[in-house]
Amino acid sequence: MLFNTGEILETVKMIETENFDIRTITMGINLRDCSHPDIDILNKQIYNKITTQAKDLVKVANKIEGEFGVPIINKRISVTPISIVANACKEENYTSIAQTLDKAAKEVGVDFIGGFSALVHKGYTKGEKNLIQSIPEALAKTDRVCSSVNVASTKSGINMDAVLEMGQTIKKAADLTADKDGLGAAKLVVFCNVPEDNPFMAGAFHGTGEPEAVINIGVSGPGVVNNVVNKIPEANFNQLADTIKRTAFKITRMGELVGQRASEMLGIPFGIVDLSLAPTPAIGDSVANILEGMGLEYCGTHGTTAALALLNDAVKKGGSMASSSVGGLSGAFIPVSEDQGMIEATKVGALSLERLEAMTAVCSVGLDMIAVPGSTSAQTIAAIIADEMAIGMINKKTTAVRMIPAPNKDVGDEVKFGGLLGEAPIMKVSKFSSDKFVNRGGRIPAPIQALTN
Amino acid sequence: MVKETGQKRAVLTVLGSDKVGIVAKVTALLAKHNANILDISQTLLEDLFSMIMLIDIEDLSLDFETLNKELEELSKELEVQIKLQNEEVFRYMHRI
Repeated sequence: MLFNTGEILETVKMIETENFDIRTITMGINLRDCSHPDIDILNKQIYNKITTQAKDLVKVANKIEGEFGVPIINKRISVTPISIVANACKEENYTSIAQTLDKAAKEVGVDFIGGFSALVHKGYTKGEKNLIQSIPEALAKTDRVCSSVNVASTKSGINMDAVLEMGQTIKKAADLTADKDGLGAAKLVVFCNVPEDNPFMAGAFHGTGEPEAVINIGVSGPGVVNNVVNKIPEANFNQLADTIKRTAFKITRMGELVGQRASEMLGIPFGIVDLSLAPTPAIGDSVANILEGMGLEYCGTHGTTAALALLNDAVKKGGSMASSSVGGLSGAFIPVSEDQGMIEATKVGALSLERLEAMTAVCSVGLDMIAVPGSTSAQTIAAIIADEMAIGMINKKTTAVRMIPAPNKDVGDEVKFGGLLGEAPIMKVSKFSSDKFVNRGGRIPAPIQALTN
Repeated sequence: MVKETGQKRAVLTVLGSDKVGIVAKVTALLAKHNANILDISQTLLEDLFSMIMLIDIEDLSLDFETLNKELEELSKELEVQIKLQNEEVFRYMHRI
């Protein structure tokens, strides 16, 4: 045999029984050349550019899926932050641009389009002000558009005016989509140290340092890692880390292969592989289950942060050996509503917002897909964002908040978004006020960690 | 523009419960479309049948996708799982 039978069966088993897949092929497209003072002309140019550039994306992805026999779950597009593209527009309401993105996404058949975004970690331009004010309506009137706002960085500190405004924006986005449990807020993420090449939603956009167009790949495989961890219940931590590392290597290699092939077929440069373990609501495809497989009764109990630190680091190490172009977020995601194990852990009372916050200090992103009571104030949400931004700023890492204040729901209720976004029990937030703190205004200065030059 | 890229060899795996004619039917379909079998390995673990073939698809008389579809129909008929994948998948995943 020219191949090792064991290796072949291992690969087939990963795909068939452990939910291994390529989570997303994301095409980044520069839209800066679409700028125009007249928003109608701008919209037309954006639509034409996206539908031309990405017309073969889905076809190519399907072809690769067939050839390699590995499912490619999502095909997505990320674009230049619209706050930059629309900066010259006389019109202040950018909702029609979001609708254009939505229409273009539907035309080319991608499931999400990211880039209704702004970077305001130090301050606002006119375009950024307009964009943030347009977010709630834009997300309520579109299906596939995702929005992100970067409000902090290690180099510039935390823009607390923007943090407060995002607290209000999240509330509005949820309220305008009250009939869908506040779905608008599930498509909106607030960042510290946002990466410019992240292929995952809702935070994807095409950064200003990127080429004209680029192909980025997001791989996944919590189910595969879960399975290998469960096979070695007696292993010590060194063996555990080593096993995860080897598995992450194999998963990432597939991402690299798919990225190179897609890049070749589309004639667009290959950007990065993001080797994040991204859970889905499917049973077993859960990051929480991996942590539980390491010996925790439920994700969220004492030891969870240490377990996640080991997992996140081993994933990065294995992945960085497998590809010379690792980027994006790369690590483990801990979205509550998208992870069956996290949902279970929340229901039994093992997992709380405080524990999740601690976990974000050692994993690749932040507080993700967490539903909180609809009565939570904009100030409280802003304070939660501020905490999370502080963790990212000081630790020189990406952190994010994607939180849904579910209208008319309270602790004990659940929200259901369906599909990959899943469902979540409402989590308790502190009943004590942070209003005076977040209302101060201004910027929390950049930390000493910023002075690296 | 979608460019066609070279694909020469593929790995075909068949997994399922053993029954008469699996090998015959799979190889007949491959022969019909001019796919040359380079190597073959078959094992039986209790009742689970597993066959792995390395096939040359350089001179395939139809495209990869159509062959995949026909194999899918055959897999339903035989009630086994048949998977055809470009060999690069395995080379990439297990080797540097």
